[in-house]
Amino acid sequence: MMVRERLRQNISAAFYRHGLLCASYPVPIILFTSASILTCCYPLLKLPLPGTGPVEFTTGVRDYSIPSHESPGDLSERPDWYQGPPVAYIQQVLVKAAVSPWDNSLVPVDVFRSPLGRVFSVLEEIRNHVYTDRSLEALCLQVTDLLPGLRRMQAVLPEHGCLLVSPGNYWQNRRDLFDADPDLLKTVHQHEPKGLHTSATLKDLLFGVPGKQTGVSLYNKKRVVTYTITIALSSYDARFVASLRARLKQLHPSANCTLREDHMVHVHFKEEIGIAELIPLVTTYIILFAYIYFSTRKIDMVKSKWGLALAAVVTVLSSLLMSVGLCTLFGLTPTLNGGEIFPYLVVVIGLENVLVLTKSVVSTPVDLEVKLRIAQGLSNESWSIMKNMATELCIILIGYFTFVPAIQEFCLFAVVGLVSDFFLQMFFFTTVLSIDIRRMELADLNRRLPAEAGMPPPKPGPLRPRETPPPPRPSPHTITLQAPAFRNLRLPKRLRVVYFLARTRLAQRIIMVGTVIWIGILVYTDPAGLRTLLAAQVSEQSPLGEAGLPPHLGVAPVFPGRDPTSTLSVLPAPEPTPLPENQSQGHRAARPEVVPVSSPQITWGPEDEELWRRLSFRHWPALFSYYNITLAKRYISILPVIPVTLHLSPQEAIDTRHPQDTHHAPPPSIKTSDLQADLTLYKVAALGLFAGVVLVLLLFCLYRVLCPRNYGQNGVPHGRRRRGDLPCDEYGYSPPISEISPLLLRGHSMDIECLASDGMLLASCCLARQIRVWDAQTGDCLTVIPNNGPRASWGQTFGNQEEDLLGADFREPGGGAVGRPDVDIFPIRRRTTPARPALFGDQPDLTPLIDTNFGSLPPSQTLSSSGFDFGGLVEKAYQEHETSPTLAFPPSPPASQQRRRSLGDQPVLPPELPPQNNGDWDSSVWAMELRGNLIATGRSSGKLELWDAVEGSLRCSNEDGVSGITALAFLNNRIVAARLNGSLDFFTVEITKPLGLLQYRGPPGRGSLPPSPCYSSEDVISCQLTRSVQCAHQKQITVLKAAAGRVVTGSQDHTVRVYRLEDSCCLFTLQGHSGGITAIYIDQTMVLASGGQDGTICVWDVLTGSRVSHVYGHRGDVTSLVCTTSCIISSGLDDLICIWDRSTGIKLYSIQQEVGCGASLGVISESLLVTGGQGCVSFWDLNYGDLLQTVYLGQSSEGQSVRQLLVLDNAAIVCDFGNELSLVYVPSVLEKLD
Amino acid sequence: MPRLEEHCWSCSCSPSVKTQELSSASWIVCKTGEMMSIITSVLRHAYGSMHSLQSANLMRRGLVLFIVGVVLALVLNLLQIQRNVTLFPEEVLDTLFSSAWWIPLCCGTAAAVVGLLYPCLDHHLGEPHKFKREWASVMRCIAVFVGINHASAKLDFANNVQLSLTLAALSLGLWWTFDRSRSGFGLGLTTAFLATLIAQLLVYNGIYQYTSPDFLYVRSWLPCIFFSGGVTVGNIGRQLAMGSTEKPHND
Repeated sequence: MMVRERLRQNISAAFYRHGLLCASYPVPIILFTSASILTCCYPLLKLPLPGTGPVEFTTGVRDYSIPSHESPGDLSERPDWYQGPPVAYIQQVLVKAAVSPWDNSLVPVDVFRSPLGRVFSVLEEIRNHVYTDRSLEALCLQVTDLLPGLRRMQAVLPEHGCLLVSPGNYWQNRRDLFDADPDLLKTVHQHEPKGLHTSATLKDLLFGVPGKQTGVSLYNKKRVVTYTITIALSSYDARFVASLRARLKQLHPSANCTLREDHMVHVHFKEEIGIAELIPLVTTYIILFAYIYFSTRKIDMVKSKWGLALAAVVTVLSSLLMSVGLCTLFGLTPTLNGGEIFPYLVVVIGLENVLVLTKSVVSTPVDLEVKLRIAQGLSNESWSIMKNMATELCIILIGYFTFVPAIQEFCLFAVVGLVSDFFLQMFFFTTVLSIDIRRMELADLNRRLPAEAGMPPPKPGPLRPRETPPPPRPSPHTITLQAPAFRNLRLPKRLRVVYFLARTRLAQRIIMVGTVIWIGILVYTDPAGLRTLLAAQVSEQSPLGEAGLPPHLGVAPVFPGRDPTSTLSVLPAPEPTPLPENQSQGHRAARPEVVPVSSPQITWGPEDEELWRRLSFRHWPALFSYYNITLAKRYISILPVIPVTLHLSPQEAIDTRHPQDTHHAPPPSIKTSDLQADLTLYKVAALGLFAGVVLVLLLFCLYRVLCPRNYGQNGVPHGRRRRGDLPCDEYGYSPPISEISPLLLRGHSMDIECLASDGMLLASCCLARQIRVWDAQTGDCLTVIPNNGPRASWGQTFGNQEEDLLGADFREPGGGAVGRPDVDIFPIRRRTTPARPALFGDQPDLTPLIDTNFGSLPPSQTLSSSGFDFGGLVEKAYQEHETSPTLAFPPSPPASQQRRRSLGDQPVLPPELPPQNNGDWDSSVWAMELRGNLIATGRSSGKLELWDAVEGSLRCSNEDGVSGITALAFLNNRIVAARLNGSLDFFTVEITKPLGLLQYRGPPGRGSLPPSPCYSSEDVISCQLTRSVQCAHQKQITVLKAAAGRVVTGSQDHTVRVYRLEDSCCLFTLQGHSGGITAIYIDQTMVLASGGQDGTICVWDVLTGSRVSHVYGHRGDVTSLVCTTSCIISSGLDDLICIWDRSTGIKLYSIQQEVGCGASLGVISESLLVTGGQGCVSFWDLNYGDLLQTVYLGQSSEGQSVRQLLVLDNAAIVCDFGNELSLVYVPSVLEKLD
Repeated sequence: MPRLEEHCWSCSCSPSVKTQELSSASWIVCKTGEMMSIITSVLRHAYGSMHSLQSANLMRRGLVLFIVGVVLALVLNLLQIQRNVTLFPEEVLDTLFSSAWWIPLCCGTAAAVVGLLYPCLDHHLGEPHKFKREWASVMRCIAVFVGINHASAKLDFANNVQLSLTLAALSLGLWWTFDRSRSGFGLGLTTAFLATLIAQLLVYNGIYQYTSPDFLYVRSWLPCIFFSGGVTVGNIGRQLAMGSTEKPHND
């Protein structure tokens, strides 16, 4: 354990130092890394380009000997594969035959019937050739059996004996069958596959020349038939071959033949990748790119997301290149197919570390220096990174000991790749990250300056003058969160470029296009694929004819420069023979006129030397594969062709005619072959296009189905979000674009205690008992209900001083006001922060007031007394400040008497002041509600008052109760007041005149609330106590909520009670909490949730009173509860915000706030959560748990915490902020309010 | 991916056997297909009655899983076939699409069942799967699964035991890397067992033939493949389920 700890410390210290280094010298380190990447990749230049086409090597025939297995010295000359004997030696006998002179009496069939018929005699000659007791039977490659799947080929391909193919195979090498065949063309073509074919066809195999050049067709203008007899020899006997050549030449001399005969070509075939193999490969690549996409899109909270994603991909890719390069450097040549294992390597190496690094760095506190942030982030993740790497290395090491060569090689690559990836992460990516973070801070600075400059200046007057235009505010439904707000910011050019890149997703598109091109190249280079087809088409359709384009140059990756002779053989022969070229051109030009009399001429040009090059790449592999011989990774040697020229007389042609030949019907179209060629090309193109479109559509559909707008990113992977030290700012970074600017409502002289709103109006009450009414739309102060109206006799000066002193007293949160021994009512869970934790986010903060008096008082006495004795506190404060000479405090006898009583702990408090006509100015407002234009205030003296919000006049008051009203609910025309002694009073507001709408009141906002009655100023309003439930609860009622005709109370006695509003009948008493109730949520849909001091949250069914779910959520009080249709959001004293699934009660995720952050919550829409913090409010995306934005309410955010937060109907929130109110209009891009 | 590879070597079996046993084979196949579809429909009905809102979700998830199963079956089948039929590339596609048309369907159905079972099991056990729940991880998992199949098809091992052990280790590694839940392990084992049993039965009835059977009638690495396939599909299913439970938040 000790060793582990020490190791851990050392590792993190080392990472810390490394991070400092990287962040300090970014440019040199990036240069160094790039240099090392290039160095390591340098050996890659020596590797041959990946491709699957065959490669060739040319040697002379004369001094040929079978290459030995152990490679001799001259490695530079011969390729690696040129070892050991070849699979076979291919000897081709190229036969060109023509009937000459051509006779007009001849029919088209005569062009090829008799020339083909001569193949049997030549075959006979070859078979019977014997040179010094060696016959062909002894030398040739003996084949045994065709593959079972090739039944249809059994008739034509040799099944036993020599592998010797010729056109004669169509007729089982029997002349009689040939002669009896009425339709030669049909026999030839019946084996051709229908449709597109990509590999060698049977016709190609048997004729040994490309199908076009055979001349076996009815429209052969040249009237020369070309075919080969292909012999596969298993061993090479130079003398036998030479004698055969001499014999055939002697029998059938070729007049002007200048074919070179001194070179044999060895063709090496690589492992083939057919289309079938390409499909899994493409699949793995698709998966790979999906992986990269899903990984990189997790990068957030950085300056340029795409830049970092690119850096991450570059890191992984270059580490792979480095690993291959290093392995090559140390002599390990990769034998594995690189393209195949590459995706797996990427997946093994992975992008995780990079992402972890990014996340760790961006979650460090922003106020640190960049260097320190990088260093801290690195050292935080050092242990896990090292652990992961060690694990992966171990796994790979285990894989190495399987002793399977392929796995071993893979492991070797993976190890080197992992190490180089680690190196790159540490140097390259960290440095890029540090640059990015630095740029982000610059941009952050840019962002904040205009925001602060744009803050409206504080208004000196209590009332905002009407004529001032309201501050420009974007309409609530059209604001977008991420709107391009760059116009205010003077961004540097490069940043704008980066933004442009990020906006248009250029990097992503480039990558996509690159992928498509790459796949296209893969398909194109596939020997079986498009390329050969296209090459064939091009060579056939080029106007220059065959000689103009040496086809092998464009087709095969040859080894130029290795062997001078090979280049010679590759290029056209040095002595050009212009004659045949001209002749053939001449033929074509003169064709229309002189067709009948043109006599066929047999010419031999250099293009005939290696006619096999024109064949498909799959020609030889296909031929051998029929006999289950694979040419993959092996080679064959092709001997120089033996030219044979046959001239036949017309008479001979006529003699060999089949009786049906003469009345052979001409085929319907004369241009079928050309048309077919064109059609093939178009077919290929159309098919490719179609396949591409289908693929794109399929991917798109899959993407749509798989990812329905949210990507499973909803915070669960990182269950607890750590937040930085800065208040309410996750990762210390909020998006740089801000259109939200809070509207500060100023006027209160002290901290705001109560806040009420009905959507259009806003009422607030401060500690100085001043009530202000604001317009919730514009933020104008409409009415001020002062606290010192009738008490002017008490002295204006005194009143002011009293306010000041009260303020001083209340602003000492750690002072005696809070630290009283009455913790049994509210167990104080104090943090070290100076801010008061708001125990109830939705009702007045009573802590300082409750603490001072009622804790030690028995309820009965509280009942009898007139309520809260505010004067005692004042007196005490004055006594403490008695020495101050500036205080001119006239000691009044009742005051001193009262002080004595309060100090004497057994007070029988008489009403301190005679009840006054309009308002109890001494007792403070503990609860306030606003409906219509009536403000209901509950005072600490137990008095309920109704004020006109517009005129500021007291309309009605009720003094039936004496215990302080702790909570109020105002619904329809009923007011429910919860008192400190646990009783619940139901009042009815009666209006003698019909309701009338006031002009400035808009329509009721949210449909869920019933329209509140509005009262005009002429109405006589009375408020009568209809019912008082004396012992609603055993202890003090802490929460009171009303909705949907129900009143729900929560109390310190651990129970929740549900009352019906109409008849104030108690429906249920809900028991389930083991602590006092601290939070209740009920809404129109009868969802009832309650949270208690025990940290549990219960969801109840209001109709039956049964408990739906019960979850243990917080360590400490649940301070606030809000529900949406799908989830429950709770905040607790443990500074966690938890999001629960409402139906299942499963915690979806939680957000860790910093200590002392406000406990107020509000839900603006289904997916937008707002929380109050220290001097700011934060907006969260509920689906992802992501911080969307943090709005700072003021410049000095120290110590001021948002304790109350109301969500208004018009997508605005209002919150208290010290002695100011903040009206924040929320961009409602996520949901439009209908 | 249960029962994906029961046809791995289908191409290698002789055509005569195939034609002879075609009737019984198709019968079994039809029966299993029916069974699977009945199970899925019952599950869907059960869910639909419970939560009518969730049924659409379930259908969608099932459809996605089915498609994934079909695509993976096609691709991996091709991977397995290749080894023997590389020589006839033009015929691979024919054999793939003609002789074994029912295999992708079966695999798709099985994938849907397993992929829906995983989150269901999680739900009933009351331990939601929290480990690495993100699409990147799922993609990684699929890639590793394809890699395991690739290895089983392409690598030349000295003997079968070595191959099987390697693949078993790889499968366990897959589970440990991407799942790590007991329920996932159990369900993967069950899947492997059942699928192997079915494969044995099918081979016993002569529908298939393995080139070198070393575990009764099938290859000994088959359970490993089934196990890792089950884990992979379960991973996808869980991710889909999680995405869908979050979906109402957006609306």
